[in-house]
Amino acid sequence: MPGRYAPSVPITVLLGPQRLQPTIAAVADQLGLTGRVALVTAGWQELESADAELREHLGTGVVNLGLYRRAEEVFGDDPELAEAHRERQDRLRALQSLHRVRLRHTLDAARQLMGRQGKGEDLEEEREAALRQLSDLDTTHAERLKALHRAWDDQVGLATRPSIARHRAEVAELMAGVSVLAVAGGHVVVVLNRLRLFDVVGQWGDGPLIAWSAGAMALARRVFVYHDNPPQGPANAEVLETGLGRYRSVQPFPHAKRRLRLDDQVRTSVLARRVAPADAVPLDEGEWVALDGDRVTSHQGGRRLTADGSVTPLEQLR
Amino acid sequence: MMTPTVRRLRAAARRGEPALQRFLERHRVPIQAEGLTTFVFVGAADRVDLEHWIYGLPGTQPFDHVPGTNLWHLSVDLPAESRIEYKLGITLDGRRSTILDPLNPRLAHDPFGANSVCSTEGYRTPEWAGPDPESRPGSIEQIEIESAALAGRRTLHVYLPARFRPGRRYPLLVVHDGSDYLRYSSLRNVLDNLITRLEVAPLIVALTDPGQRLKEYAANPRHARHITEEVLPLLADHYPLVEEPGGRGLMGASLGAVASLSTAWMHPGTWGRLMLQSGSFAFTDIGQTRRGPEFEPVVTWMNRFRADPGEPADRVYVSSGVYESLIYENRSLVPMLQRAGMQVLFTESRDGHNWENWRDRMRQGLSYLFPGPLWLTYE
Repeated sequence: MPGRYAPSVPITVLLGPQRLQPTIAAVADQLGLTGRVALVTAGWQELESADAELREHLGTGVVNLGLYRRAEEVFGDDPELAEAHRERQDRLRALQSLHRVRLRHTLDAARQLMGRQGKGEDLEEEREAALRQLSDLDTTHAERLKALHRAWDDQVGLATRPSIARHRAEVAELMAGVSVLAVAGGHVVVVLNRLRLFDVVGQWGDGPLIAWSAGAMALARRVFVYHDNPPQGPANAEVLETGLGRYRSVQPFPHAKRRLRLDDQVRTSVLARRVAPADAVPLDEGEWVALDGDRVTSHQGGRRLTADGSVTPLEQLR
Repeated sequence: MMTPTVRRLRAAARRGEPALQRFLERHRVPIQAEGLTTFVFVGAADRVDLEHWIYGLPGTQPFDHVPGTNLWHLSVDLPAESRIEYKLGITLDGRRSTILDPLNPRLAHDPFGANSVCSTEGYRTPEWAGPDPESRPGSIEQIEIESAALAGRRTLHVYLPARFRPGRRYPLLVVHDGSDYLRYSSLRNVLDNLITRLEVAPLIVALTDPGQRLKEYAANPRHARHITEEVLPLLADHYPLVEEPGGRGLMGASLGAVASLSTAWMHPGTWGRLMLQSGSFAFTDIGQTRRGPEFEPVVTWMNRFRADPGEPADRVYVSSGVYESLIYENRSLVPMLQRAGMQVLFTESRDGHNWENWRDRMRQGLSYLFPGPLWLTYE
């Protein structure tokens, strides 16, 4: 529960990478998000507490929720939960590996058809069918992931385990004294799992939330991981996880400049259509998008990928 | 072969020096045009030769002279994406000298000096090999080690990745000819960039240098003992290292690759990752080696290794230039390692036996052996 929340301000702000030129403080100031900040740097893993620069940048009172450390404590105190967590992660990895087999071929077919020259009803129908298959595959995978998480939560009785309950209560207490929740980037699975474990977003409710890079990805409806030019591997963007669903109208792609070949019309078009009806929004340094629920209320340099494979400025107040 | 560009070059020379200079100011030398690479020399000479290290072509190729002028030229059919190093051999008044190409400012350096560099269409110096202000710089420490195996004192340089934390365990890569890799292959930039970009896992990199290279790196059991039983324990005392073979690698080029492979083979179960660049893996199926007496220990060991490869590592990256004579040996190593149960990634490049070729392969090799958290981390 936020300590102070003015309903007139945008409640979710997504930013591009912050490492080189942090803009959080300026953006928060511009949007009227003032007051103490609860910080999540769990994505930095063992470097979680190395947040001095970020604290200095934010300037106001900052309390780091210490979710990575808390998770380590929980796993130490509750070996049964730790083992169940390991098993779940193993199963998720195996499932992802299976998913990639179909994804590779489905994505390849969609890209081939989208890249084929010419026009005509038959080609258009084949394209639409291939894109539908891709979208269905993403949806099926996301639903399996969601079901797996739900079953796991029930199986371990997460909310009622004493160490989890204790830490959740401590986190709630820390958040009660702040005005803004800020979620940093890092390892997207780690940040997502720690936010889930301590039900941070659920406990925070509708209060103002600023997130960047992996933090922004974890809060989306689905977590896509991607890189169009990796040194190894097939370079196929994939649904890795169901996100926390804080917003659904935008699918963020941080580090787009380095990770996405936005000049590749076919790739861009397929990605845009794949995440539709959400907007595929690249987020690079200096860019941000503010949302009130699912409505884009303001942005700086906000762009979206289009179905025709181009990149266009993001409209406001959709 | 006389292409239109070469005809214009010759015509410019015949019109006089100012016309030739104007022509050369408009063209980057060596000139890439009409599918050929044209080397140019302007000056007094009785003979001009291209000296290069492209295996399969004559090592020395004579230039054509345009009578009545100072212009010499030679056109060579080099495939796209090629990169070669060369010098010019100038003969004048019976004296021969070997010089860098005065018309080409691009140089590559190595322990023997420098060479001129020529690349064809499609070759790009990798941007990840240069300084990047966005990269977090690692640091380098120096450690002295008293070696019983090599009977002497050695200096190790140890690269620690940015944001090094003693509480975390790191994979270790031991690099043969480490100082040369730093100097001539931009290893420090490469590590800083690839680690910052999450393409390579944060690594501790031990940079070793030989005393007597030809002896120590030629599949020498003393060297293998030094690296495995002296260097590794010392580093494990100083730094938090991953304690499994998959977190330990050896890397080297040329004889350094032989030292890497033979060290892993002599100490099985210790080193799980190997990066072998243009390895001098000389062997004989029958008879004597043609590579000279200094290669005899290598040939003897390689023949033993080929008879009984064992499984010196789990994952191996092998690279070689197609313009070096060792391409045959490196190609033949790959199926042998695979048959022995190792995962192998092999890359051929249109380049030679040189430090920039080895630099250009590092992104692929290091990310294969020590993949970083690129797919899952968005900072």
